[in-house]
Amino acid sequence: MVIRIITNFFQRIFTNIFAIKKDLKIGLYGPPNTGKTTLANRICKDWIGEELGKVSNIPHETREIVVKESVEIKHKGKSLKFKLIDTPGIATKIDYEDFLHYGLSRAEAKRRAKEATRGVIEAIKWLDDMDVVVVVLDSTQNPYTQVNITIIGNIAARKIPLIIAANKIDLKKANLKAIEGAFPEYEVVGISAKHGINMEEFYETLFNVIKKSKRRK
Amino acid sequence: MKKGIKIQFIPFSQLASMSSYKRVKFILENVKDKIIIIQGKLTPEEEKDLIEETMKKIGKGFKGIEIEVLNPKFDFGMINKIKKSVADFLVGDRDAITLIGPASVIKEIKKDIKKLEFFLKFK
Repeated sequence: MVIRIITNFFQRIFTNIFAIKKDLKIGLYGPPNTGKTTLANRICKDWIGEELGKVSNIPHETREIVVKESVEIKHKGKSLKFKLIDTPGIATKIDYEDFLHYGLSRAEAKRRAKEATRGVIEAIKWLDDMDVVVVVLDSTQNPYTQVNITIIGNIAARKIPLIIAANKIDLKKANLKAIEGAFPEYEVVGISAKHGINMEEFYETLFNVIKKSKRRK
Repeated sequence: MKKGIKIQFIPFSQLASMSSYKRVKFILENVKDKIIIIQGKLTPEEEKDLIEETMKKIGKGFKGIEIEVLNPKFDFGMINKIKKSVADFLVGDRDAITLIGPASVIKEIKKDIKKLEFFLKFK
């Protein structure tokens, strides 16, 4: 009996230690070319003074999961430490011939396509590990695509708290209301990751969503 | 002789008795050379599996798929639409229509609340 009490006591202590140590994982998800890496770079630049990954106009520039450990952001005297996870864009088709239009050689295009397919699979597999997801959408594009609905549907089904970052609001064609109208049950923040527009509101929303999800737990 | 494009309609009853795994496999096997129109829709989990399996199959002659769902039951803006769609598939949701085609054939699918339009590639 005494042994059991001692064992339980130590089990509880160790469980708590690991619970505290568990890093919060925030994943950036979305279709290709919506600005996930640009947002990851913006967050990293704002808070740790360095960028995370390369960005380009060619779709599927990010073809592997990129993790930045220990990003700490501060808001109204509170701080939040997390792992930032940038993921490859999720798509239902990848045609190497599309990359040829960007000046890539046939061999490079084929390699890029192959890596991109693996990237999509990897991004999907990582979804189960996320504590919070920021879905990055291009506010100049139609939000009602099945890929967007599948991504958000899967996050919702896993009960992972999410924010929608409607990126590229600096562009003329941007339509923030269309995204808000498509997904009214979620927090939508219009930002320009490239120009750092509205990032304060983005960080505030991130804090609020995490706070709400902690309360629910 | 010009090669035509085949469009296959799959009634709800054909997919209803299949497991999720078989449903995804069935769709991928059928979508390689034709456009399929399904009465009903997949769950988000099945759609995720479909994307994963599609990525594994991309290679020579297969460039992936285009997929869109027209679901007249819900407006896109309705609260809990996605949550409802998860629950809805458990009973089938045969009111929805899913259009899936090979990316090599479908150039674009335009979707709004009331209609789906698809544009084909003619080489």
